[in-house]
Amino acid sequence: MKSDTPLLDVRDLSIRVAGVKPLLVDGISFALDPGQTLCIVGESGCGKSLTSLALMGLLQTPPLSITGGTARFAGRDLLTMTRQELGHVRGDRMAMIFQEPMSSLNPALKIGEQIAEAVRRHKGVGRDAARARALQMLERVRIPAAARRLDAYPHELSGGMRQRVMIAMALANDPELLIADEPTTALDVTIQAQILDLMRELQAETGAAMILITHDLGVVAEMADQVAVMYAGRIVEKGPVAQIFDDPQHPYTIGLMSSMPSLGARADRLVTIPGVVPQAADMPAGCRFASRCPFRSGICDTVPPLSSVGNGHDVACFHAPLEQAPRPKAVSA
Amino acid sequence: MSQDVILKAEGLRREFVTQKPLFGKPTVVRAVDGVTLSILQGETFAIVGESGCGKSTLARLLVRLIEPTAGSVWYEGDDIARLDPRALRDLRKDLQFIFQDPLSSLNPQMTVGALIEEPLITHGIGDKVQRRARVADLLSRVGLIPTHADRYPHEFSGGQRQRIGIARALATGPRLIIGDEPVSALDVSIQAQVVNILEDLKEAFGLTLVVIAHDLAVIRHMADRVAVMYLGEIVELARAEDLFTAPQHPYTATLLAAIPIARVGSRRESARVGPRQERAQLDGDLPNPTAPPPGCRFHTRCPHAQARCSTERPALRDLGGRQVACHFAETLELTGLDGADAARSPATTARFALYRAARAQEDGTAVADKTDSTTEETRT
Repeated sequence: MKSDTPLLDVRDLSIRVAGVKPLLVDGISFALDPGQTLCIVGESGCGKSLTSLALMGLLQTPPLSITGGTARFAGRDLLTMTRQELGHVRGDRMAMIFQEPMSSLNPALKIGEQIAEAVRRHKGVGRDAARARALQMLERVRIPAAARRLDAYPHELSGGMRQRVMIAMALANDPELLIADEPTTALDVTIQAQILDLMRELQAETGAAMILITHDLGVVAEMADQVAVMYAGRIVEKGPVAQIFDDPQHPYTIGLMSSMPSLGARADRLVTIPGVVPQAADMPAGCRFASRCPFRSGICDTVPPLSSVGNGHDVACFHAPLEQAPRPKAVSA
Repeated sequence: MSQDVILKAEGLRREFVTQKPLFGKPTVVRAVDGVTLSILQGETFAIVGESGCGKSTLARLLVRLIEPTAGSVWYEGDDIARLDPRALRDLRKDLQFIFQDPLSSLNPQMTVGALIEEPLITHGIGDKVQRRARVADLLSRVGLIPTHADRYPHEFSGGQRQRIGIARALATGPRLIIGDEPVSALDVSIQAQVVNILEDLKEAFGLTLVVIAHDLAVIRHMADRVAVMYLGEIVELARAEDLFTAPQHPYTATLLAAIPIARVGSRRESARVGPRQERAQLDGDLPNPTAPPPGCRFHTRCPHAQARCSTERPALRDLGGRQVACHFAETLELTGLDGADAARSPATTARFALYRAARAQEDGTAVADKTDSTTEETRT
């Protein structure tokens, strides 16, 4: 059900940091259709948050810089917009939710005012209309006693309630694209479930597309239509969510899944990924996962292209499918 | 596993004053309110619950890092509140603690070697040469290399720092280690390495492990028995298998229903079409712990609550091999997680097997994870 032009079309996005030669985000591409959810999954330092910040024009430049690529949103390239143009789009047609709501809410401003401010800025409505919208949004994210909470300050709310306020603010202008960076990571598991359910419901109501950034494969399985697995600045595997979970191809994806303790009957030792992600400056020239990969061979010294294995499923590994991979025999690294 | 009780808590209570006005009554929160439990020699015992449930306070009470307001803790038959200073010192040798954030518990001005040696000096274990050797041995046990002893904590990654914290805890040759969220700050792949190390060390040294965690998957993997806490109380205590597959307290069922499961379809269908009862009902926050609800503390969020629950506080009762604090535990039909929730597709299972085999082959032995240990590169 792909429409002809995706809502967001990111191509070859690259980001580097001053003084380090290997790119922090190295030529990643993905597209997102209206109403769809793309989960970008990966561990610390894989570049998933940098990617979302770049799309929102929130990268700290310098030391970071975008060295290439395009990100067409509804036909226009976000990466070449002026600050002013971006200011019109951001918070209106696209909005962002962060992990820690306390750091993105203004502690000195009542939450009703903060939401109303976002509405007035973009919709040019009056004070009363904006406040009415703020109330409506708080009700929509099911904050109890919403009318009273309009006048609450962020510190008076619990973590889950603050995240609801963030969502209310992000959705106040009916954005077409919502970028959520680890929106539930700081929350307890029952509160996380509430917030995920809420996000899913609101998305179904509004038809917004969503990029959900997470490290939690459980959240991915629950929320995603499409998945992109990132490792050390590159997308190593992407495809429809069922493909990723039921037919994982990249050794990193498989290693990540097997590192997760199962919720089923108690298993043996966890099968882990050895070592740690290389530091940006020491990134290998070829496949960036090679140093930790049990399937590596000589060919891995070149960069594996992201190529299709069918069913809209792409993987960046020379050895996929692994059934046909050469048996590693005391490989010299 | 022998069934000897190594550590026992009786009616443990700890209050904190959260607000103290100039006049009038201070606000008091009972972080731990009447906890009784026994930890068995050699088991892995998990304490699970959400923020503010008192699990970290309980952990600290168990090793007397803080003093209880009421109740007592017995180690090997001795009341640890009545130990003389010398005996308390011996207790510290036997009971060790691992913190969630190793960086905040490791003195940044000390080298890793000095940090691990410190407890040995404190307890007068060995001479200088012996201590050096012991530090080197401990480092290799947790998968670091002896030359790491000369570096400082900030030079290490999060996973490595947690290994240092573990080596330090092991230094005195403890019998029981309590870990307060020992792996929750770590990335999934690093978390798996540390979980394996903890289990290996437990095996090697015959340790008893008490793990405080909010991640139920980690607990499912590690624990023999699990205590679920809610607002300062234990609401259910059972063997891990029983607790996960057939919970008998509604709060346990709520927690289980809330876990996102890494399998497509296991949650989303139920969540999209018609949420499970437990999941649908879990709206609302934790009540304010300074004013817990009367009766059963969970009744304000419980999908099965009845009139009695708001007035009469349920005691933790024995219920055939487990303990549950719910008036209606016998009659409720609660849903747990069965194996099907976590089942993998044939293709995924096959890939896992390939990966496992390749990893084992790479390591050259059945000791599949020696490399967990040795291949981590130090940050520079």
